[in-house]
Amino acid sequence: MARNKEKLVLLLDVGPSMHGVLPEVEKVCSMLVEKKLIFNKDDEVGVVVFGTEETNNELMDEVGGYENIVVLQDIKVVDGDLIDILKKLPRGTVDGDFLDAIVVGMDMLIKKYKGIYKGKKRLCLITNAIHPTKDSLEGSKEDQVGTLAVQMTAQGMKMESIVVRGILSQDANKRIMDENDRLLSIFSKKTRSRTVYVDSPISLLGALKTRRVTPVTVFRGHLELSQQMKIKVWVYKKTQEEKFPTLKKYSEKAPSTSKFATHQVMVDYEYKSVDDSSTVVPPEQRIKGYRYGPQVVPISDAERDAVKFKPEKGVKLLGFTDASNIIRHYYMKDVYLFIAEPGNTRAILAVSAIARAMKEMNKVAILRCVWRQGQQNVVVGVLTPNISQNNKIPDSFYFNVLPFIEDVREYQFPSFNSFPASWLPNEQQQMAADEFVQMLNLAPSGKEEALLPEFTPNPVLERFYHHLELKSKQPDAAVPPLDETLKRITEPDLELDFENKSVLDSLCKHFELKENSKKSARRLLPEKPSGSNGEDGNGNVSDARAVDSIGQEPVVKIEKIGDLTPVQDFEVMMTRRDNPEWVGKAIREMRDKILSLLTNSHGGDNYLVAVECIIALRKGCILEQVSPSPSLCFCCCFFLNLLCGFRCFCLMEPGPYNNLMRYLYRYCQEKEISTFPKLLASMDVTLISKSEAVDSSNFTDDEARRFLDKIKPEPKD
Amino acid sequence: MDLDPEDVFKDEEDDPDNEFFQQSESSKEYVVYLVDASPKMFNTTCPGKDQKDEIHFHVSISCIAESLKTQIICRSYDEVAICFFNTREKKNLQDLNGVFVFNVAEREQLDRPTARLIKEFDCIEESFMREIGSQYGIVPGSRENSLYNALWVAQALLRKGSIKTADKRILLFTNEDDPFGSLQGAAKADMTRTTLQRAKDIQDLGISIELLPLIRLDEEFNVSVLYSDLIGLDSEDLAQFIPSAGQKLEDMKDQLRKRMFTKRIIRRITFHIVKGLSIQLNTYALIRPTVPGAITWLDSVTNRPLKIERSLICEDTGSLIQEPPKRFQPYRNENVKFSMDEISEIKRISTGHLRLLGFKPLCCLKDYHNLRPSTFVYPSDQEVVGSSCIFIALHRSMLRLKRFAVAFYGGSSRPQLVALVARDEITTAGGQMEPPGMHMIYLPYSDDIRDAEEIFPDTEDDAPRADKDQIQKAAALIKRIEMKDFSVFQFANPALQRHYAVLQALALEEDDIPETIDETVPDEEGLARPAVVKAIEEFKLSVYGDNYDEENDHLGKEKVGGASRKRKEIAENAAKDYDWADLADNGQILLETLG
Repeated sequence: MARNKEKLVLLLDVGPSMHGVLPEVEKVCSMLVEKKLIFNKDDEVGVVVFGTEETNNELMDEVGGYENIVVLQDIKVVDGDLIDILKKLPRGTVDGDFLDAIVVGMDMLIKKYKGIYKGKKRLCLITNAIHPTKDSLEGSKEDQVGTLAVQMTAQGMKMESIVVRGILSQDANKRIMDENDRLLSIFSKKTRSRTVYVDSPISLLGALKTRRVTPVTVFRGHLELSQQMKIKVWVYKKTQEEKFPTLKKYSEKAPSTSKFATHQVMVDYEYKSVDDSSTVVPPEQRIKGYRYGPQVVPISDAERDAVKFKPEKGVKLLGFTDASNIIRHYYMKDVYLFIAEPGNTRAILAVSAIARAMKEMNKVAILRCVWRQGQQNVVVGVLTPNISQNNKIPDSFYFNVLPFIEDVREYQFPSFNSFPASWLPNEQQQMAADEFVQMLNLAPSGKEEALLPEFTPNPVLERFYHHLELKSKQPDAAVPPLDETLKRITEPDLELDFENKSVLDSLCKHFELKENSKKSARRLLPEKPSGSNGEDGNGNVSDARAVDSIGQEPVVKIEKIGDLTPVQDFEVMMTRRDNPEWVGKAIREMRDKILSLLTNSHGGDNYLVAVECIIALRKGCILEQVSPSPSLCFCCCFFLNLLCGFRCFCLMEPGPYNNLMRYLYRYCQEKEISTFPKLLASMDVTLISKSEAVDSSNFTDDEARRFLDKIKPEPKD
Repeated sequence: MDLDPEDVFKDEEDDPDNEFFQQSESSKEYVVYLVDASPKMFNTTCPGKDQKDEIHFHVSISCIAESLKTQIICRSYDEVAICFFNTREKKNLQDLNGVFVFNVAEREQLDRPTARLIKEFDCIEESFMREIGSQYGIVPGSRENSLYNALWVAQALLRKGSIKTADKRILLFTNEDDPFGSLQGAAKADMTRTTLQRAKDIQDLGISIELLPLIRLDEEFNVSVLYSDLIGLDSEDLAQFIPSAGQKLEDMKDQLRKRMFTKRIIRRITFHIVKGLSIQLNTYALIRPTVPGAITWLDSVTNRPLKIERSLICEDTGSLIQEPPKRFQPYRNENVKFSMDEISEIKRISTGHLRLLGFKPLCCLKDYHNLRPSTFVYPSDQEVVGSSCIFIALHRSMLRLKRFAVAFYGGSSRPQLVALVARDEITTAGGQMEPPGMHMIYLPYSDDIRDAEEIFPDTEDDAPRADKDQIQKAAALIKRIEMKDFSVFQFANPALQRHYAVLQALALEEDDIPETIDETVPDEEGLARPAVVKAIEEFKLSVYGDNYDEENDHLGKEKVGGASRKRKEIAENAAKDYDWADLADNGQILLETLG
C-alpha cells in the first residue's frame, strides 16, 4: 500500500496581510491532519510558513537567500503534534514570497524522497499572492517558473494553490496581483496543478480537500454505441456523500486501566422461533422469505440464483434525445463520471467528439448499464457532456440514474390557476417577489458565487472532527458550538440581507400571514411530539406561540424570566430558536425562580405561582428532549451534591426537573412544610416518567406516581 | 465470491434502512372499488389501440387490476375491496339486491391484496356473465335502487378501522351520468334524495367518494345531473377532472390511473423566507427507488417466521452488555469515546426548518450537483393562511427570472444545502404531466465532490481534442440514433418485474414462472439499419482511421481475470443445475406460504 501514501508539504503564507484569514487556515489545515490521522495514518506531512520575521530552512543554510521562510515541521508521518503546530501558526511580520516558498517545499520533497519514493507528492500553497516576488537572477520570472514547473513534473509532484482574494485581502496593487496570477497559471498549464481563488471564509474552508480518497473505478470496459463500435471507458464516482464516520461500540466492562482490553463490542444475532423463544434455529435451517402482499414466500438462495434476473455486464447506448426531455429533478443518485481509457488517444478523441457534438446539439444520451458481472439489476440513465476547460484534462461525461416506471408516483396537484383569486398574488405582491428574487442574488456577476457546493464544507463533519480533537485532550469536553464561519451556511447572510433591507421589508409588507384559526390546535412548532399541544390550557401561552410559529422568532425577545409572568417568559424562551443556549438558560432560570418563590414565601402566598412554574418546567422538559448546555450540567452537579445518593441525569432534560422535585421533597421535609406538597399532589404533578421521555427518564409511570404519594405528608389522623 | 441476495437491488452505498426511502406504514388506505356492471358498461366502447374497440367494463377492470399489482408491491398495507353493482346475482353481508362483492379464498372482504386476488381478478371477465351477471338495478316500477345499495355496502365494508389511522375512499367507476333517468316523478325525486343523503352520510363519516367517469366518443358525461351533488364538488373542481368528450382511450386510462392514487405527504415543513415571514410547505416523494420488501427469515422446517434477537457482547470479558453502549473512534493512539447524546448534539446544527439563503441563475446548478432523488414541495394554507400566495409569487418570479433558490434544510439525518427549482405545470389531454411546484434537489458539500477527471494524465502534453470533422461525424451519428419521444419513465425495472413474477408464481403454487420482458435492451434492429450503420462507420473511420479493428483485437486479447472466470463458471453451472420445473416436481421447493 506504500504506493497509496501521500507526501504533502503545506506552504502557508502568514504575512501581515494574511492575518485576517489565518484562523480559517489553521482550521482547515488541522482538519486535514485530523482526517489523515483516521483515514490515512501513514501519510507524511511537512509545514512551511513564509512571511515570518525569522528564517529557518535548509536552502538558506546551503545556498543563501530564501529569507523569511521557516520550516515549522520537517516532513514526517502525521501525528497529534502536527495538529498542535497547525492550530497555532505564527503571525508573520513581512510580506512573503510564494515562489521562494514553493522552491523550499520542492527541495524538501526532493531531498527526502529522491529516487526512493514514486508515490504521490503534493505541495499545497495557501496565499493571497498580492505581494511582489523577488526578481530572479537569471532570466525572467516566467522562465524561472517554467523551470520550476518542469522540475515539478519530472519529480512527479502536484501542486494545489488556494489564492485568497476579494473581501478577504486588502486592496492590493493590481499589477502585482496580475503578475502573480500569471505566474501561478504557468503552473496550472505546465504541471498537474490546480489553482483556485476564494473570496469568503466559507470557501477557504471548502477549497482544500481535507480527505484524500483514492478513486476507484465503478466500471472499466466498453461504452457500446452499437455492436460495431465500442469505446473504452473508465467510470468513477463524481459525487459521493462523505458520511458521518461510523463509530464502533465501546464496552466499559473491562477496567479502563487494563492495557490489553480492546473495549470492542461483538454483536451477536440469534434467530429464534416466534412461537418458542427458547430454541435457536441454526443457520442451515433458516430460509429467506420475501414479502408479497400479506404473504411471505420462502425461497432458498440456490433457487433464487437459478431464477433471478441475470444481466450481462456492459454499458450500452439506447439512443440520444433532446436534453429538454430529461428534467433535472429526475436524477436519482449521486453522479458518475465517464472518462475515456487513460492514455488511449483514440478513445479520448471519440469521447471528445461525441461530447462536443452533444453539447452543440443540446442532446443527451440514454444508457443501460450493468457495472459488474453478477450484478442483479440494470440501471438506465442519462449521459451528459462535460467539456473540459483545462487543456490538460480530456473531455468526459457525467452520468446519472433515471427512474423506472415503478419509481415514479404520479400524484396530481391542483393547478395554481385554479386557486381562488384571493390566494393568488396581486400585481404589487408579484413585483415585490420579483424584486426579492432578483436582489437576493448569491451569484452576482463579477463576484465569486456564494455557497458554491464545490467550496462549501459539511459543517457537521467539521464539528465532529473538532470535537474529536478536543476530546482527545480532555475526554469530557463538551460538544463545541458550530463553527462561526460555517454557521453562515445554515443561516441567511446578514450582510446580503442588510444590503437589501428595503426589498425584504417590502416583501414582508406585501404579504400577510395568519394562522388558520380552525386549525389552531396544531401548531407548527418543530421538535415537539405531536399532540403535545393539545392539553395546553393556558390561553396566554398559546397566543405567544401562535406569533412565534409564524414569525421567525418571538416578536418580543424575552431574555430572562421576570417576576410578572414567569410561566409565559419561560415558554417563550424555550421556543427561541436563534441559539440553542436558550433552552438551558430557560430551564436554569426557571428552577432558580421556583426555589426563590418557595424560600421567599410568607405563609404560602407564592405556592400557587410556584406550582404553576413547576408545571410549566415539567412540560418544557418533556418537550425538549435534547441535551442542554454544559453550564446546566454544572447546575445538576450542584444538586447532586445537595442530594447525594441520587443519580444525576445531567445530560437529559427530565433530569433537572426530576432532581428539582426530589430536592423540593427534601426541602419540604426538613422545613416541615406540608401545604406545598399537598398542592402539588392535588394538581397531579408527578415525576417525569419513561413513557413521557423515553430516552431520558428511568421511571415507570408507577414509580413517577408513587413519588407523589411519598411527597404527600402522612395523614394526620 | 458469493453474492448476497439481500444486495440484489442496492448499490454499495444505498442504505435501505434510511428513513428517506421508507414508506410509512401508518399512512395506509382502505379503498372500495365500486364498479358499475350495468349492460351499458358492456355495450359502450371506445376505440383503443390498433383500432380495436374496448368496452368500458373492460377498461375499468384493467385499471383496477393494474392498480392492485402496483399496490401489492409498493403499498401492500393498503386494504381493498372490489364491489360490482347493477348485477344479476347478489353477494353482500347486507343481502342487498344488485350488489356483488368479489372476493377470493383466505381473505376478508376488505383486506390486503393477495396473489390469489390478483390472479382471479385478472380473469374475472371470462366468468363474469356466468357467475355474476349484468342487469339494470334501477327500473321503473321497482323500488330497488342499486346505486344506493352499492354505497351502503361500500360504507359497511369501510366500517373497519379508524379514519385517524387510515384514509378511506370509495372509487366509483361508471359511464352512466343519469342513473335515475329511466324514472319519473316522485319515484325519481325520492330515489335521488335518498341516494344523495346516503352519500352525504358516508362523507360525514370521513370517507371520500371519488368518481371515475368513463366517457363515450359521442356524448359528454354530464356530472351536474347527479354526481356533482353526490360527491360534493363545486364547479371549479369539476372542470378539473372531467376530460372532454371524445378523447383517446389511452388518455382516459392515464387519467384514471393517476386519480386512483392519493397523494401522500412525507412531511410538513416550515419555510423561512425572511425574518418574520415563514410559510408552510408539504413535501412529497414523487420519485423514489422501488425495492423489494425486506427479507423475513423463516424456519425452513415449519415455515414460521423467526425473530432476530440482537445481543451485544463485550469482547474482553464475554459478558452481555445491557445498556446502550457508548461509541468510540480510535484517534491519536487512544479511543475517544462519544455518548449517543453527544453524537446527536453534533449533528443538530439547525432547527429542522427550511431556511432560504438566496437565489442563483439556473445555470449554476450543475449536472454533478446531485446526491439523492429530489423531493417535491407544494404550499399549504392549512395552518398558515397566505402560504400559497407567497409561494406562487416566488414560483412565478423564479420561473420568469430563471433562478433557483438555495436553502438550508436542517433535517436531523443530514442537514444540508438544497436547491429549490420551480417547475411550471404541464398538462396534456391525458391530464397533468408535471405538477406545478418546486423540486428540492439535495446539493453535495465540497467533501462529497471528487475530481477523478484530474487524475490523468501524467504527461506534459495537452489532452487530445476532437477536430471539427470528428465532431461533425459524431453529430451525424447522434441524429441517426435519436429517440424522439423519450420519456423518463418508459421502462419497467426488469429485475423487479422478474422478482415479483417469481414470487407470484411461488405464492400461487404455479410451476411456470411467467416470462418477463427486459425493455431496457438496445434496439438491435434499429441499430442495424443501413443508414445507422453507415453513420457509425463514418464516425469510427474519422476517429480510429483503419486501426479500429486492430485496437479491438488488442482489446479482445485482454486477460480475463481468474476471479471473473470462476464466477462465470459458477453462474453457468448454477443455471445448468437448476431446472425450475424439475425442482417443483420433486417437491424441493417449498411452496407453502404464510398468511
